[in-house]
Amino acid sequence: MADLSSNLAGIRSPNPFWLASAPPTNSGYQVMRAFAAGWGGAVWKTLGEPIVNVTSRFAGLNAGATKMIGMNNIELITDRPLDDNLREIAACKAAYPDRPIVASLMTGCTQRSWHELVNAVQDVAVDGFELNFGCPHGMSERGMGSAVGQDPALVEQITRWVKEAARVPVIVKLTPNITDVRYTARAAARGGADAISLINTLNSLMGVDLDTWNPIPHVDGKSSHGGFCGPAVKPIALNMVGECARDPQVTVPISGIGGIATWRDAVEFMLMGATNVQVCTAVMRDGFRIVADMIEGLNNYLDDRGIASVAEIVGKTVPRFVDWNDLNLDYKIVARIDPATCINCNRCWIACEDAAHQCIDRLVDETGASVLEVDEEHCVGCNLCSMVCPVDECITMVRVDDGESVHTWRERLSVPS
Amino acid sequence: MAMKPTFALGPPMAEPLAPLDVIVEANRCLNCYDAPCTRACPTGIDIPRFIRRIASGDKAGAARTIMDANPMGASCARVCPTEELCEGACVYTPDAPAIRIGQLQQHATDWLMADGRALFSPGTPSGKRVAVVGGGPAGLSAARDLARLGHQVTVFERDDLPGGLNTYGIVPYRLPAEVALWEAEQVRRLGVDIRTGVAVGTGVAAAELLAEYDAIVIACGMGRVPHLGIPGEDAGGVWDALDFIRRAKEDGAVPGLGDTVAVIGGGNTAIDAATASKRLGASSVTMFYRRGAERMTAYAFEIEFARSEGVEFRHCVIPKRIVTNEGRVAGLELIRTDTDGSARPIPGSAYTIPVDNVIRAIGQSRFAALLDAFGVIHEHGVAVVDDDMRTNQPRVFAAGDCMFRAGAGDAMVVEAAERGKTAARSIDAFLREGTA
Ligand SMILES: Cc1cc2nc3c(=O)[nH]c(=O)nc-3n(C[C@H](O)[C@H](O)[C@H](O)COP(=O)(O)OP(=O)(O)OC[C@H]3O[C@@H](n4cnc5c(N)ncnc54)[C@H](O)[C@@H]3O)c2cc1C
Ligand SMILES: Cc1cc2nc3c(=O)[nH]c(=O)nc-3n(C[C@H](O)[C@H](O)[C@H](O)COP(=O)(O)O)c2cc1C
Ligand code: SF4
Ligand code: SF4
Ligand code: SF4
Repeated sequence: MADLSSNLAGIRSPNPFWLASAPPTNSGYQVMRAFAAGWGGAVWKTLGEPIVNVTSRFAGLNAGATKMIGMNNIELITDRPLDDNLREIAACKAAYPDRPIVASLMTGCTQRSWHELVNAVQDVAVDGFELNFGCPHGMSERGMGSAVGQDPALVEQITRWVKEAARVPVIVKLTPNITDVRYTARAAARGGADAISLINTLNSLMGVDLDTWNPIPHVDGKSSHGGFCGPAVKPIALNMVGECARDPQVTVPISGIGGIATWRDAVEFMLMGATNVQVCTAVMRDGFRIVADMIEGLNNYLDDRGIASVAEIVGKTVPRFVDWNDLNLDYKIVARIDPATCINCNRCWIACEDAAHQCIDRLVDETGASVLEVDEEHCVGCNLCSMVCPVDECITMVRVDDGESVHTWRERLSVPS
Repeated sequence: MAMKPTFALGPPMAEPLAPLDVIVEANRCLNCYDAPCTRACPTGIDIPRFIRRIASGDKAGAARTIMDANPMGASCARVCPTEELCEGACVYTPDAPAIRIGQLQQHATDWLMADGRALFSPGTPSGKRVAVVGGGPAGLSAARDLARLGHQVTVFERDDLPGGLNTYGIVPYRLPAEVALWEAEQVRRLGVDIRTGVAVGTGVAAAELLAEYDAIVIACGMGRVPHLGIPGEDAGGVWDALDFIRRAKEDGAVPGLGDTVAVIGGGNTAIDAATASKRLGASSVTMFYRRGAERMTAYAFEIEFARSEGVEFRHCVIPKRIVTNEGRVAGLELIRTDTDGSARPIPGSAYTIPVDNVIRAIGQSRFAALLDAFGVIHEHGVAVVDDDMRTNQPRVFAAGDCMFRAGAGDAMVVEAAERGKTAARSIDAFLREGTA
């Protein structure tokens, strides 16, 4: 059994799987159930000024028969009284002292309101704070959430105010609704954040009803933009985590969030520099029980490789995530089709013919059977055919260069780094 | 556990899923909560969980989920009547095809057999000793869980190899002996002492076990196929179905098998004997059953498989006499029965057909003497137990086919495994009474 414990800026948890601040952490009842199921920690549903929620808050994105590869929501922060939340946080801490509870906070842009909120909450012995600078809907119209997270100066300022009052580590949660997330990540680090977490949800509109012409989801016929999350956002989140992890000015550890549903996703985020991960949509789809699969899957992965502790994999892929200018232009791969497993759907052919480089030939062998063959001389190794092929490992991408020479664009044009 | 290579007798009844099918099926599962498939599995395997683990590429986790709940998980993947159990309960049915749970289970357990890792370890030693009589699915399941609970277990198995009917009884194209032996090996790896070639009652006395062990599990299964009680039964060419299948499995051939074979019976044993006869080369194989088709205890998929192998069926007939010629089977005299389900012979309806072999598969006898030796109350050789597998003797428990009452469900590997697990749990509670 590998050591799965993790330590994010001094916040220790028995495993790296935390619940993100969202509906699954809305109440003590839910967080208790989550801890009983095995979750390593929880970021409580954002606490702040009293708000009112609308009904009809979520909408799902399906991929064929697969439900909810993404979801969007127009829910705001907690709609329950602060005192109720604080009492339930204390009860959860008492029942599960080894599981960290981080309080997510959001309030108006004054030093006083942040100090008041921090002081009110830290009396119940939370293990950390997470500053919600990411909520993209509703709260942003009131100058909070992503309205803060899109302005590096505000991020730095508020982080500093919180650090003045906080006795526990402070995590700054970043919005992806920004041109370059590194600027706000650096601002958080400058403001004294102990860690950053990303991503919050992406601005989105799920759809429009073709019969009623109402936006989806609609509240009495109208909608506003919502926050998008779930497996579909994973590549965006992973990139942002990687960009922060390799940035020398982002000097703090990272909690990875966005589309994580399995242990595999978690391993990818950790290899890309996340110390731990947070999950929301996958739990909203399948319940707290998924953490058992995540824990055992991660453990089996580490055991199979003889890795003693999950901490050892954090950031291992970061040095391989570089500028385009540093990629080897001499590396050459081509597609190869295995006729033994090919089912002759011709999907690779049409994809290459119409959208790539016209280098798959449809031939007929001695027996009259149809065979597909790659014209390796013209194949640019784009991977497209292997992506559309329905048969696992039927098309493999094979390396054909000498395996030694390295030549980058930077060298070629002597672009200064 | 060395065994001379067994014979496959042709291709498996169901081919393993192709890699693409595994992905498609695993991702088609809805991951139901309090899933009906799990509720329909006698051993309660968390089916959505193991399927999800396959989908996420964690084959070790998938195999563990299966084997944890069912020590016979690899055998069950192949021989469980899934249409009647998990797959029959899948929420997709009846409007769409059920998830192919059995084949996904085979995918995960095949992976484990090839990988070779040990999934479980013995518990902290309790200092208690338990004897298990019989090394079939029920006995091995009880032994496995007892070892995981820390007890020192000895299995006494009369045969040369463990596995019971899984090793010797079920035809190899449905269950290769290697799978049953691998499961036994996993039990042995937990420190269980499996003593083969030792029959309790003759090799070692019941009283000896009662004196030396803290608790006993009787898991002796059932015995030979009883005689039909008709003239000519001792002629050459007449077989007990279990002997016949065993010979086919061990030798790949059965001496004196002719062209025309009559199988008497309508359950899974009859089906296995009939299809094995076909695969061994008999050109005409017919099953004779005393009642109508709807009363046959064989499962629909088995009957369909037998038909596809070329086996023919005659319903509402009973054998009256085996016609012999120079001490060998030459024909079979049959009489028709009422179609009202009573199996009453219709006077004057007898007829004779030429056959070369007669295989009887009309159920199995019971081990009453063995139960008597332990002082266990039984009804016609069926051990009487409560829900916790306790017999009337406080230290003696019984599990599997030996406590299976005809008509009270089906004798199945998965039921035997579950009863074995229950016996282990009860024994553990019994042995720890007063020590906690
Ligand atoms: C031909 C055939 C096909 C079948 N097909 C299926 C199927 O498709 N699906 C399914 O679920 N089930 C099937 N079954 C039923 C299944 O095999 C049994 O229900 C199951 O094996 C019962 O397990 P058990 O451990 O109780 O008994 P067994 O498997 O009979 O094991 C009992 C063991 O005890 C040993 N033993 C007996 N007496 C003594 C003694 N005195 N001392 C020491 N050892 C002793 C025996 O040698 C044997 O190894 C089939 C059975 C047969 C015969
Ligand atoms: C319905 C809903 C409500 C959310 N509420 C909050 C919130 O109150 N505070 C917060 O920081 N993030 C909130 N989030 C964002 C999640 O914490 C998380 O950052 C995002 O969903 C991406 O993770 P995922 O892909 O695992 O869902 C919410 C998300 C959803 C779907
Ligand atoms: S999920 Fe629950 S709260 Fe939401 S609409 Fe359905 S019943 Fe109502
Ligand atoms: S896409 Fe794959 S399976 Fe289809 S024709 Fe091409 S190589 Fe064959
Ligand atoms: S009932 Fe069917 S779909 Fe639901 S969990 Fe079981 S196998 Fe999957």
